[in-house]
Amino acid sequence: MSERGKTLAMGENVATGPRPNVEAPFGKALAALARGRNDIVGLSADLAKYTDILPFRDAHPDRFFNVGMAEQNLIGVSAGLAKSGFKAFCTTYGVFATRRAYDFIAIACAHSKADVKIFAGLPGLTTGYGGTHQAIEDLALMRMIPDLVVIDPCDATEIEQSVAAVAAHDGPTYARLLRGLVPRVFDPAKHRFEIGRAYTLRAQGGLGMISTGMMTERAIDAAEQLAAKGIETSILHMPTIKPFDAKAVADFARGVTRIMTLENHVVSGGLGTLVAEALYEACIFRPTVRVGIPDRFVECGSLPYLQDKCGMTVERIVAAALDGARWRQA
Amino acid sequence: MTTRNSPGTDPSVAELKARAKAIRRHVLAMSRRIGQGYVVQGLAIADALAAIYFHELRYDPANPRWAERDRFVLSTGHYSIALWATFAEAGIILAAELETYGRDESRLEMSTLDTTPGVEIIGGSLGHGLGQAVGMALGQRLRKSDARIFVEFSDGELQEGSTWEALMSGGSFGLDNLVALIDCNGIQADGKIVIDIEPVADKCRAFGWDVQEIDGNSMDAIVAALRAARAKNGKPKAIVLRTLPGKGVPTLEKREKAHFVRVEANEWDQFDRELEESDV
Repeated sequence: MSERGKTLAMGENVATGPRPNVEAPFGKALAALARGRNDIVGLSADLAKYTDILPFRDAHPDRFFNVGMAEQNLIGVSAGLAKSGFKAFCTTYGVFATRRAYDFIAIACAHSKADVKIFAGLPGLTTGYGGTHQAIEDLALMRMIPDLVVIDPCDATEIEQSVAAVAAHDGPTYARLLRGLVPRVFDPAKHRFEIGRAYTLRAQGGLGMISTGMMTERAIDAAEQLAAKGIETSILHMPTIKPFDAKAVADFARGVTRIMTLENHVVSGGLGTLVAEALYEACIFRPTVRVGIPDRFVECGSLPYLQDKCGMTVERIVAAALDGARWRQA
Repeated sequence: MTTRNSPGTDPSVAELKARAKAIRRHVLAMSRRIGQGYVVQGLAIADALAAIYFHELRYDPANPRWAERDRFVLSTGHYSIALWATFAEAGIILAAELETYGRDESRLEMSTLDTTPGVEIIGGSLGHGLGQAVGMALGQRLRKSDARIFVEFSDGELQEGSTWEALMSGGSFGLDNLVALIDCNGIQADGKIVIDIEPVADKCRAFGWDVQEIDGNSMDAIVAALRAARAKNGKPKAIVLRTLPGKGVPTLEKREKAHFVRVEANEWDQFDRELEESDV
């Protein structure tokens, strides 16, 4: 991750803490998956290098297509390959996939139930390159499209396992991509990512943290710090945004006294909104604080600085949990 | 399984013209039943569809999902009126079903959905056809199949950036199993073409395509162009079809050019007569 005070242009890593890192887990997993089968193709739109798909390209050059800076065509060509019997894995940044190619994802992929597997880089605040590159509202946009599966993996293990999971799924998927050096939070021998499944990582009542994507790693670390201060917490990890397991949220909420949602995304339209919908429909009411990007575009800067400013660091999460004024408002 | 068409043989132009006329009769009847529709577009594209479905395209009417089929991708979803008419002629659907065109719960929609047998893509959002056709052409090449991809799109769609992205990739990938039929009928939703797109043929050439420009309502010209488009020369093919909206019904040919033509109830009998008297 970038040094505080300095914006990095491209190629930033997500990894921050002491956990072991995996380099390019997506591309390596895709290359391995494609080794034993010839129905996997890969595509990118002049961002192969920065979306970790190079291991696939190098292993299977005849099955990789770079369409250049043309995201609508990236999705259209992928849909055409899918309609020819291939599982089309395509990569670009989340901002370009969702904002520029939205109609193509909605119609050519989702409406057609085409086997297009989008992996979208730079989700939320994983780049300091400003509003043009930070996909801060992609989950909200994607989760409203019928028949589209939407995934926000937490770590290298879930990235690796989601490659096989979306390949096994019959239909289009949108997954957020964590690129470069990605921390391994979950033990691959014990954790099994499944589309649509919610994971209870901690169940001690008290403050219930419902998180998705890379924010789950921070929720785990925040919970440890809060435990040291005598605050009991529970954690529900929800890597699948659609289909969303509202029942798991309701069941989890019944066992806690207050709720904090944590997402690497604007706080409206994504996980926080989904949790609010789930709880309202289940007639469960708890004081709730939503941690995530506020309803505004974020400037250029270093990631530690920007994530701190938006309240998304472990320290800020702990402080939010302890901030009595914030909970009285909730 | 019965594969329709053997593109290597010489077609009977007279028979193809008769097919086109039958398609036009269906189009008039379908428009008349709902009192409106994309009748002028359907009449204009009938010749190209007849040449494709009764000579150039290899497919099995009884099994539209046959894996080795050539694909015909209709990008202009609102041309569905002519596609359904062609499907009925080809035996993909029964002619009686055409009576349901545009009705609630009919699978013969006003704009194509790919759940209807024989339809390769959802075509209503303009600018979607060529990119998916490029993907299909790459797919058939990867499968080492000799199946070809035919894609129709319109002059209006040349205003969509996605069409140029796809043109660029088709040329760059050297897809000589891809044939684009660009229907230049000179109209779009707001009337006559509203922003300059010419010279279409030169622009396509500059993007690396082999281009022919023909009278899109001349069966002889269409058949010859499709024959030339079989060349395996490492380049995708484009056939610029100059078509006349309303072709075959002189009153409609002369009517003010509009995307969605209004027709009075008492005009349909006259249109039928004009079509029968026409030399199309």
